[in-house]
Amino acid sequence: MTVVSLVVNGKQVSREVEGRTLLVELLRDRLGLTGTHVGCDTSQCGACTVHLDGEAVKACSVFALDCEGAEVRTIEGMANPDGSLGVIQQAFQDHHGLQCGYCTPGMVMSAAALLKDNPNPSEKEIREYLEGNLCRCTGYHNIVRAIQAAAAELGSTRVAAE
Amino acid sequence: MPKDTGIGASMKRREDVRFLTGKGRYTDDFNRPGQAYVAFLRSDVAHGRLISVDTSEAEAMPGVLGVFTGEDFKDIGGIPTGWQVTDRHGQPMLEPKHPVLAHGKVRHVGDPIAAVVAETLAQARDAVEAIVPEIEELPAVLDMKAAVAEGATLVHDEIDSNLCFDWGFVEENREAVDEAIRNAHHVTTLELVNNRLVANPMEPRAAIGEYDAADDQYTLYTTSQNPHVIRLLMGAFVLGIPEHKLRVVAPDVGGGFGSKIFHYAEEAFCTWAAKKVGRPVKWTSTRSEAFVSDAQGRDHVTKIELALDENGKFLALRTDTYANMGAYLSTFAPSIPTWLHGVLMAGTYTTPLIYVNVKAVFTNTVPVDAYRGAGRPEATYQLERVVDKAAREMGIDPIELRRRNFIKPDQFPYQTPVAVVYDTGNYDATMDKLVEIADVAGFETRRQESAARGKLRGLGIASYIEACGIAPSNLVGQLGARAGLYESATVRVNATGSLSVFTGSHSHGQGHETTFAQVVADMLGIDVDQVDIVHGDTSKIPFGMGTYGSRSLAVGGSAIVRATEKIIAKARKIAAHLLEAAEGDIEFRDGKFTVAGTDRSVAWADVTLAAYVPHNYPLTEIEPGLEESAFYDPSNFTYPAGAYACEVEVDPETGKVEVVSFAAADDFGNIVNPMIVDGQVHGGIAQGIGQALLECTVYDENGQLQTGSYMDYAMPRADDLPMYTVDHSCRTPCTHNPLGVKGCGEAGAIGTPPAVVNAVIDALNRGGYRIEHIDMPLTPQRVWAAMNAVA
Repeated sequence: MTVVSLVVNGKQVSREVEGRTLLVELLRDRLGLTGTHVGCDTSQCGACTVHLDGEAVKACSVFALDCEGAEVRTIEGMANPDGSLGVIQQAFQDHHGLQCGYCTPGMVMSAAALLKDNPNPSEKEIREYLEGNLCRCTGYHNIVRAIQAAAAELGSTRVAAE
Repeated sequence: MPKDTGIGASMKRREDVRFLTGKGRYTDDFNRPGQAYVAFLRSDVAHGRLISVDTSEAEAMPGVLGVFTGEDFKDIGGIPTGWQVTDRHGQPMLEPKHPVLAHGKVRHVGDPIAAVVAETLAQARDAVEAIVPEIEELPAVLDMKAAVAEGATLVHDEIDSNLCFDWGFVEENREAVDEAIRNAHHVTTLELVNNRLVANPMEPRAAIGEYDAADDQYTLYTTSQNPHVIRLLMGAFVLGIPEHKLRVVAPDVGGGFGSKIFHYAEEAFCTWAAKKVGRPVKWTSTRSEAFVSDAQGRDHVTKIELALDENGKFLALRTDTYANMGAYLSTFAPSIPTWLHGVLMAGTYTTPLIYVNVKAVFTNTVPVDAYRGAGRPEATYQLERVVDKAAREMGIDPIELRRRNFIKPDQFPYQTPVAVVYDTGNYDATMDKLVEIADVAGFETRRQESAARGKLRGLGIASYIEACGIAPSNLVGQLGARAGLYESATVRVNATGSLSVFTGSHSHGQGHETTFAQVVADMLGIDVDQVDIVHGDTSKIPFGMGTYGSRSLAVGGSAIVRATEKIIAKARKIAAHLLEAAEGDIEFRDGKFTVAGTDRSVAWADVTLAAYVPHNYPLTEIEPGLEESAFYDPSNFTYPAGAYACEVEVDPETGKVEVVSFAAADDFGNIVNPMIVDGQVHGGIAQGIGQALLECTVYDENGQLQTGSYMDYAMPRADDLPMYTVDHSCRTPCTHNPLGVKGCGEAGAIGTPPAVVNAVIDALNRGGYRIEHIDMPLTPQRVWAAMNAVA
């Protein structure tokens, strides 16, 4: 067992973990952050997507020990400071971009990473970016619409700020 | 009633906030004090004699609390089947035992052989590796027709055939159908495969068994669409635990699509083992395990013949289907290719004579059971494919041919020749709407534009009907169901006027917490935030048959309406007393009880308070309190129907098919939340396109599953799919339930596959390739090969 120390959703945490412990296991089983989900064992489904030092990663494919000193953000860290839904989360609710909710945390984390890199993606770019996130409920239609709406909202906020 | 939350409003979902903030509570999110973990050793051969299982090394490994095999379960009941089909000759189906852990034989890759319970999951998995089973491999039974031939290897030694049943429907029509087909002006014949699918809800199955010795009480947390059904099946038939000693909780569940209806061995194991080792026992399926242990869907091989007169009028229909049951009979398996398939073979048409033969076959594959649509997609696919082929053969426009045979609005209620009576519908209306929203008139222009880019464009049409709102208990009882298919609801009003609705319908994506609250709040004229929806726990809900067959609103919602009506009736008596008026003079509107023709009134909360603080109360006439229950048993199925159009582009160089547009015109009767209905249709369409173009479950000649992960099983991804145009403005309300609703959960998965395949065949024929059929999924390889075979 080795101690790993990292920042998760702005909080410093340390836990003893085995060499084989995955980041997603650290988050779910040791830190109680069960919003990050496991939907497969071949890193295909994207339900476990989190941000590691600002980049979207699949937490099932990262060893916990490799996160020493890293900053991790999960779905539990995506709401506004007052607890209200963030822009992307709100867009998913407004556009019915979720049904069973299981893929949703990964979708939101991927969408956030996409919009950081590409604030104004086309429908095709959104669909291609989500290639690593599986949803079985929505047929993706409303997820794409939610991300388009979030992009517009974030864009107008940016314009207003400038 | 506020417009944005009442019946008919696209109210935003209340459950979303917890899902969007990571606060959902799925079974694997639960951890019980002192919890141990189980891992299963699963068969890596499809068929074999289980000679021995050496667990000695595993038992000695660190952290191991117990190692169990089929020997431990040989005197315990098997996993039961909830439906008994009677064959053509009046004989009951063959029903071999399905042991919790394999005993004597293994019958499919993934069949559980042994289980290790250990302190940690890693220790349980390590110990599984140390178990040594000795298996004498037997030939794998895979091809259904070979399986029922003379001398075939038997999947189950205790029964003398792999033929589970040979079902004929309607048996009395058999000769008349044969004669009509013999004498017809034209007969269109098609042989096709309905490809085996894996449901793949994004949440893998999980279970936690718990036993409290102090009061001899078991609890099972499980990923189920119907916790009461699991309690009934597991308690009564497998483990012998009476209902009052067994609590089943299905918390947030991450999708089901049918695959979480059934009672599974792992649930029984965790519950049993919790007592055995004296610790809660948790199991979470890996995706790889899910591919070899979740019941799969479809897998029919069919020959269909449609007889037509010279005007294209359908005269008779005959189908001959082999339906794969897999290695064991799953919970609803026998009902899927029979009563959920044969009775839909009239479709939306007036075909007077129909005969359906289904041979259900055991093979060395994962069990097959309901998957979104369950039997109805299989019926619709073959029917809509053969109609399309007939249109081409007879030179009649496919929309026109369908219209010539539609049941007309003035023919309802319509008695089909396959037992069911459609209460209401208007198939010309949905077809008209489809022609409009799909811009069928503009197709030729779009086709030429595609052709200019070197692509072959095709338009595919499908009309569908489904039987939902499952189901009248007395009818399904006659058909072999071993349960009633009603639903229950309790409405518990609190003193201050807020209330909880306890429903037997389970929500795993459908949005019940929103739509059911809309219904009750609308009926009572109170704020929707006053209404809480509770589901998924047998210790809270009186009873429930669960969620499947697009039944939640039509059956579960009706039970809620009935219970709420009882609440209103009692509240009216209380209000009459408070207002010192006759009960008949009390009007209830917008959350207020008023004496008719006066301005004297009491508010909802005054009445609810009086019910719990009965100082001024008609105690001699009614009891205090305000809580009512209702069971609703539907008098008929509901019959959602509609018409779908798909446009594809085929790349003639590669055979790659792209769905460029998809339109759906559905008649779901009345609608509570249009936004949620749209979402249900979107998801169904995506699964239908997945079946048509991408998804296929492949076993090799040894019964090894070749498509056992998302690396190999082609789940539809965002960039495989278009935006969808959906419309549900055509509404013929259901005539026999209080909300006039029909159900919308499965429609997309039913109507879509034939629309897609019809579109591809249309594109190829317009492009000069004389191709009558390609089996799903229409992968580039299959399309390219078909094009090259005729080039």
